[in-house]
Amino acid sequence: MAQHIGAPAVASVEVGQSVAKGQEIGSAKGFVSVPVHAPTSGEVVAVESRPHPWGTSLPAVVIKPDGEDRWTADLQPGDPSALSVDDIVEKVRLAGVVGMGGAAFPAHVKMSPPPEKKISTLIFNGVECEPYLTADHRMMLEEPERILQGVALLKYVFGADRVVIGIEANKPDAIALLEKECAGAPVEILPLQVKYPQGAEKQLIAAVTGREVPSGGLPMDVGVAVHNVSTAAAVADAVLFGRPLIERVCTVTGPAIREPKNLRIRIGTPLSHLVEVCGGLTEDPGKIVLGGPMMGFTQLGFDVPATRGTSGLLLLRDEDVDRQEEGPCIRCSRCVQACPMHLLPTTIAAYSRRDLLAEASEYCAMDCIECGSCSYVCPATIPLVQAIRYGKAAILAKKRNS
Amino acid sequence: MLAAILSLGCIGLVAAIALGLAAKKFAVEVDPRELAAMEVLPGANCGACGFPGCAGYAKALVAGTIDLNQCPPGGADVVAKLARILGVEASAAAREIAVVLCQGDNRKAQVKYQYLGLADCTAAQKIAGGPKACPGGCLGLASCQRACPFDAIEMTADGLAVISREKCTGCRKCLAVCPRNVIRMTPYESAIHVLCNSHDKGAMVRKYCQIGCIGCHICKKTIPGAYKVEDFLATVVYEQDEEAIEAIGKCPTKCIRDFSDGYPEGSKLLPVAADKPHAA
Repeated sequence: MAQHIGAPAVASVEVGQSVAKGQEIGSAKGFVSVPVHAPTSGEVVAVESRPHPWGTSLPAVVIKPDGEDRWTADLQPGDPSALSVDDIVEKVRLAGVVGMGGAAFPAHVKMSPPPEKKISTLIFNGVECEPYLTADHRMMLEEPERILQGVALLKYVFGADRVVIGIEANKPDAIALLEKECAGAPVEILPLQVKYPQGAEKQLIAAVTGREVPSGGLPMDVGVAVHNVSTAAAVADAVLFGRPLIERVCTVTGPAIREPKNLRIRIGTPLSHLVEVCGGLTEDPGKIVLGGPMMGFTQLGFDVPATRGTSGLLLLRDEDVDRQEEGPCIRCSRCVQACPMHLLPTTIAAYSRRDLLAEASEYCAMDCIECGSCSYVCPATIPLVQAIRYGKAAILAKKRNS
Repeated sequence: MLAAILSLGCIGLVAAIALGLAAKKFAVEVDPRELAAMEVLPGANCGACGFPGCAGYAKALVAGTIDLNQCPPGGADVVAKLARILGVEASAAAREIAVVLCQGDNRKAQVKYQYLGLADCTAAQKIAGGPKACPGGCLGLASCQRACPFDAIEMTADGLAVISREKCTGCRKCLAVCPRNVIRMTPYESAIHVLCNSHDKGAMVRKYCQIGCIGCHICKKTIPGAYKVEDFLATVVYEQDEEAIEAIGKCPTKCIRDFSDGYPEGSKLLPVAADKPHAA
């Protein structure tokens, strides 16, 4: 049921009930929340806590597929020319569409900016969010029509003047294809420098518009909205066909998998099944990561399901995993040079570890995007991001209490 | 020469008079009882009384806005002294101490994954619910030890926090930092505890811990009043634990412990032989 950032959905079906593909099985709770739908038709065999990619057991609905894969009867296709902006946003919410880059933030929230914030530029993120992942690239090559339908809908919702699809320059095939498809349409295709974290919202905005999102602000503060290309495709499905978000593209890769692939997966598919489809493992993986190597969640095993945010499944060999123990900081400042937010990771981490929260906030701990670049470059393998995350959580908790 | 001495002398005189007058005029009156109370209080500024430090508590005591048994570190001794200073009658609150309800150290309890991050329990707990497979067990990263102002918590070599019965003053600082709520306040008089904090079913507990409570009810069947079992976890009913000791030998996983006989395995804390509230 926890498929997105925000309040998890609450199961709305019972054991023994038969469900059709696309039927709502979990209802939204609160504004920053979306419903969850059955990924296939079948029988509900359990409504209980099951292991979740976040590492703990969370409420889940377990469906035994009947193999018919029958759609529910009450899908409501929409005619975009007859729908108002509010109708479109409501359809997106009901379809459970979330940001498909990996963070899984409910899309309807991003699509409802307060009226005083005018969105002038709409950016579509065709930059892979992390190394190893190629899911967005595959989407752009195989389903440009779906993406562009979504682009048109979102342009209408935001009333944006400028629409940009940002793609990393190492994907010339995707750039060429989208340029061909967009010929004549008011959409720019912008090749971007290949670097991490180019796909992060704030970095992408800076690369495309030159605007910097203020500390503590949101993209809407600089008149920009960013959506992933796959989110655009999901929005198109939701609005034009009434189809809920029940599948996504996921990259299964890494040195420990026999045949790395991009798969179109149903939400809820166990990871073990994904591994099976990709020819199995070449050896015992040293690390199983959901998402990318920089920000992904390490998994305890293959018995967890893929969620809406599962952009990738990365299988590393034991020799690829650095298990070096933490050493002392040698003040080399590599983390400072690496930080895309221009922060001082070593300082913030040191303050966070000592619970000096006021000092950590003063050094803009809350602006950290947790991209992992500092931990990656640190020659002393100091867990910088973990320390900063710990500090950020403590600062937020303190704010809530006061 | 003379002019210099005279002028400096005059300036000094004027300044002295001004300071003297100011001292009289702006004098801050401190209740002598407050100073006396400060002398008596332990001075650890632990915050157990609800004030930031001992000075705040002393002030509130003199103002009469708080009971004088609110200082657990001070114990009965301090209460008696405070009562004499303030000229009132008072009795100490029953002494409470903190106990780590876990014996699953790194040898006895399984871990889910190898943890290489910050040596802090709260930070570790945020990563997939902590490295220990047991959802309630002590993570052994010593956050409580660092929080203890009285040096009462010891970490065993195998990664388990153990709290000294004698040194613990009951200030509850460790309770506040423990992300797993494995530390509980217990009456000092009760030295027998069920050292487990897992509410999982017995079969599950056996999978990840050799020494956890499996909720078998044997202790409760042996001495019905002294134990209760809720959600597959037994606890001692501290109000009526006179005979609780009888069940210790019956526990199949040995998770009931008599602290008056000794501390959990691996602890360097000595058995407190002189103080045996449960001597049979």
